[in-house]
Amino acid sequence: MRIRFISSEVFAGLFRNVTMTIAVILTVAVSLTLFGTGLLVRAQVNTMKDFWYDKVEVSVFLCGANSDPGICPEPITDTQRSELQAALENSSLVEQVYYESSEEAFGRFQEQFANSPILENVTAAALPESFRIKLYNPEDYPAIANALSDAAGVEVVRDQKRLLDNFFTVLNGMQALALGVSAAMLVVTVLLVANTMRVSAFSRRRETGIMKLVGASNYYIRLPFLLEAGIAAAVGGIIASGALIGLKVFLIDRVLSPTFQFTAFIGWSDIHRVLPIVLATGISLAVLAAFFAIRRYLKV
Amino acid sequence: MTSPSVARMGRARRSRNSAGVDVTGAIIRFQHVTKRYRRQMSPALLDVTCAVHPGEFVFLVGPSGSGKSTFMRLILREDTPSAGQVMVAGKDVAAMRSWRVPKLRRSIGTVFQDFRLLPNKNVYENVAFALEVIGKSRSQIKMAVPETLELVGLSDKADRRPHELSGGEQQRVAIARAFVNRPTIVIADEPTGNLDPATSIGIMRLLDRINRTGTTVLMATHDAAIVDQMRKRVIELDEGRVVRDHVRGVYGSYR
Repeated sequence: MRIRFISSEVFAGLFRNVTMTIAVILTVAVSLTLFGTGLLVRAQVNTMKDFWYDKVEVSVFLCGANSDPGICPEPITDTQRSELQAALENSSLVEQVYYESSEEAFGRFQEQFANSPILENVTAAALPESFRIKLYNPEDYPAIANALSDAAGVEVVRDQKRLLDNFFTVLNGMQALALGVSAAMLVVTVLLVANTMRVSAFSRRRETGIMKLVGASNYYIRLPFLLEAGIAAAVGGIIASGALIGLKVFLIDRVLSPTFQFTAFIGWSDIHRVLPIVLATGISLAVLAAFFAIRRYLKV
Repeated sequence: MTSPSVARMGRARRSRNSAGVDVTGAIIRFQHVTKRYRRQMSPALLDVTCAVHPGEFVFLVGPSGSGKSTFMRLILREDTPSAGQVMVAGKDVAAMRSWRVPKLRRSIGTVFQDFRLLPNKNVYENVAFALEVIGKSRSQIKMAVPETLELVGLSDKADRRPHELSGGEQQRVAIARAFVNRPTIVIADEPTGNLDPATSIGIMRLLDRINRTGTTVLMATHDAAIVDQMRKRVIELDEGRVVRDHVRGVYGSYR
């Protein structure tokens, strides 16, 4: 009986003012789509960070014949090289070290510039030999750079992460923008839900007046309103979920992923992680908004 | 709840014991109750002291603005007194926690001048609504509603909407709704105010019948003819004070 009674009250409430209900559902859908997009953009930025930072190396270029004489008075000796390699291999920050000789560097260079006329002007001797270091944590670069830059036989230490950082600054800005817009939309949603529920409570004041009079508990009086807001938000949230899945299927999988093959994109696991957050946020915000909106009107 | 020793102690203090239980047997007791509304110079009730005992039928009379409605609002705890104490069924209403208020109201049936029925529900549903919203089971509702409709004489009109009924019939529905949960008190605020004299007599018979089941009835009214006819207890209010309390009263000077 209770369930039957409350559900009939809820549906009466939802259909009493259909245009308002639709407005709430659509606003919730739009704001949750934006919110979910914000979360997915963040996931995308993190995916790219993982992808790229996993590949970045610290290059330690060693003194060779063509080095700057101000830093390298003479080419590195075999002893210096093996001491340096041992120091790097023993460092707790370093995950992996490998040595690249001038010949190997030249091989890679040939690959990279296979069709370029620049190739004719470069010889193996012109390219310095180097240690390529992979750090456990790319953020530890300064410690390594400080330790190595003054070591004998080292010309220069370069961090590829520096190049990526500028790129990620832009991405972080976009991510903040997406989250900011979605936060504003969530505020709009909360206000709209609160206002709608206030109108709903007002239009049902006759019923609620009688309910109070015959001794209905707060729970009985308020629950239909809270469920009404929750159901409208859930419907909006399902629409938003559909939009986000569509985003993944049609935009990412069909367009972005084949076009930009040099980077990784978010996978289904990110979608699966984001959707419950989106739904829970939408429903709980709507229910809380309704609760605070009607509390004053329905006080026993 | 009250142990014998506590009851004796309470009797010594006349009105109540430390647990707040009324041991004088009154079901409604006002003690030096004053109610002031904000932004109003004169109080709605001023130092009102009176008691209503279980099973009594009491008329509350007096001109508009004399405090009748405030009196009833305090019993229902729609308001709390500015000073003094209102006890209903032995409980201090003002001191009651707000989550207990619904329980208080379930023991009080309320009837108004304007009926306050739900227009989109039929007679049966209007009466059943009062039970649904306090969480009664379907089987309880199926038993109690027809029984109460029978009592008010509307069994054959259970499926009518309020707008298809006369004023007197609508008020009977309202009384059925107030009484369907078998409250110990029925409060009626000018129940005959919108009705013609012949219809009013029918409503009074019904309230009298409810009173005979042992239910305390408290009725505010302007209707002198009815009060004179019934010869029940009359409490008269004027400018917030009790000016008269007669056991078998008549309406008095206000006509």
